[in-house]
Amino acid sequence: MSTAYEHVKAARAKDRPTGVHFINTVVTDFVELHGDRRFADDAAVVGGIGRLKDMPVTVIALEKGQDIKDKLRRNFGAANPEGYRKALRLMKQAEKFGRPVICFVDTAGAFPGVGAEERGQGQAIAENLLEMMTLKVPTISIIIGEGGSGGAIALAAADRVWMMERAIYSVISPEGCASILWKDAGKAAEAAESLRLTSEDMHRLGVVERVIAEGETAMAELKDDLYGAVSELLALDVDARLDARYQRFRKFGENL
Amino acid sequence: MKIDGLFRKTRNIPEDGGRTDMPVAQCPINTHPCPKCSFSNLHGDLAGRFYVCVCGHHFRMGARQRIEFITDPGTFEEVDAAMESSDVLTFPGYAEKLNQAQKASGEKEAVVTGRGQICGHGVMLFVMDSNFMMGSMGTVVGEKITRTFEIATQEMLPVVGYTVSGGARMQEGILSLMQMAKVSGAVKRHSDAGLLYLTILTDPTTGGVTASFAMQGDIILAEPGALIGFAGPKVIEQTIGEKLPDGFQRAEFLLGHGFVDKLSARNVQKAQICNLLSLHSGRCQT
Repeated sequence: MSTAYEHVKAARAKDRPTGVHFINTVVTDFVELHGDRRFADDAAVVGGIGRLKDMPVTVIALEKGQDIKDKLRRNFGAANPEGYRKALRLMKQAEKFGRPVICFVDTAGAFPGVGAEERGQGQAIAENLLEMMTLKVPTISIIIGEGGSGGAIALAAADRVWMMERAIYSVISPEGCASILWKDAGKAAEAAESLRLTSEDMHRLGVVERVIAEGETAMAELKDDLYGAVSELLALDVDARLDARYQRFRKFGENL
Repeated sequence: MKIDGLFRKTRNIPEDGGRTDMPVAQCPINTHPCPKCSFSNLHGDLAGRFYVCVCGHHFRMGARQRIEFITDPGTFEEVDAAMESSDVLTFPGYAEKLNQAQKASGEKEAVVTGRGQICGHGVMLFVMDSNFMMGSMGTVVGEKITRTFEIATQEMLPVVGYTVSGGARMQEGILSLMQMAKVSGAVKRHSDAGLLYLTILTDPTTGGVTASFAMQGDIILAEPGALIGFAGPKVIEQTIGEKLPDGFQRAEFLLGHGFVDKLSARNVQKAQICNLLSLHSGRCQT
């Protein structure tokens, strides 16, 4: 049993596999597609088309970067609005061609910057949520490292949400929470505990359907698991799938 | 009311944008200093000007004040009035905070929802309240707004929504974040039914509320001077290590960058909303 803050540290660990690694693990013939067609290409979001076994899928990942140069280029995985708009463009493209969408989420949060606000960070995330709730193709999101608040759920309003065992998913970073509530970022460990952000918490609260054990065996099985889940979702008709997606999120607070 | 509480409230008036919804008898002094120009507004005068200072500063309004301001007299019927939050995650201090917020605001939660009429047009209305934990969105706020859209979809009504929020509520952790997707789903169904959703963004609208239903309106109005953004200005300043320019993230800034349709000063707000509702109603105009 480890503390919540140890989970936070593990989720942020430098040697943790990033989004690109997951893409390369689950699909073959990957073709990266760039740009949001509106402003720029945000390297914090990597997206494109690949083959999940025999099935073409659209894959999108928040990517923190490998070495320091790559991390800088990718803004450490903190996406700008154009990143979320690129993701949406690829999702709508997937919808057109009937391709399932698989998202890998790993970000401390959407980038809090001047340009991000000027270009509508809030609007970009809001639009992704709106469109993802009714995207006609099956969608699966996996929280692979940090699931940082609005910047994470912007790619996780999906039919199925899974989570790596040592990943975290939270409404706010423990540091941010501690500094707002207790005026002391040093109390992050306590905040982490209180926020309930581990994969175990997420599973218990019904936020994720599946927790994926870490390690090479699990990674090897991930492809089969995804293929199975996508096939299951494809077997449903569109209306049933969309209704289930609606109810999936509707249930948080329905019993009030 | 305790003496120290009394004084704290007085000092807080300019900082919190100016509370104007305290009953006059409870007001420590019967004036509201403007946080922008320091002018001392007499309560009665300010109320007569829709809580707008002589300098044009829009004071914050409580949910009930806004409902009285925007709906036709006697038409508002609240729904889900008794819905209350509970401390599901046993978050330190949350139960007490909820208690204090209820006392401070006189509301059960940070949003009031219901049916009403605006210039004779039937609408579903949600109005957030900054006096309740700065309008933060937890499960109940998400649920009440979701139900607002579900009822509106069922009854083929437009939704008029006033937003004010510090964002998703930390004390309900991930469950607050889930509300963003939940409400978005309901907004989308309402939208797909061809119905109008009109948002009025008020000071301040930030975080998870901006990143969901605040920015999903068909038409987005914003009160002059309102702070509207995703990240809070302090967080941005810490991130970039610079001071932000004047006017950054204000309603006028968003208008200039294309993220709101129109400014909505209170002296014309009801007329604007009436006109927009009328332009979307299938009825013959007289």
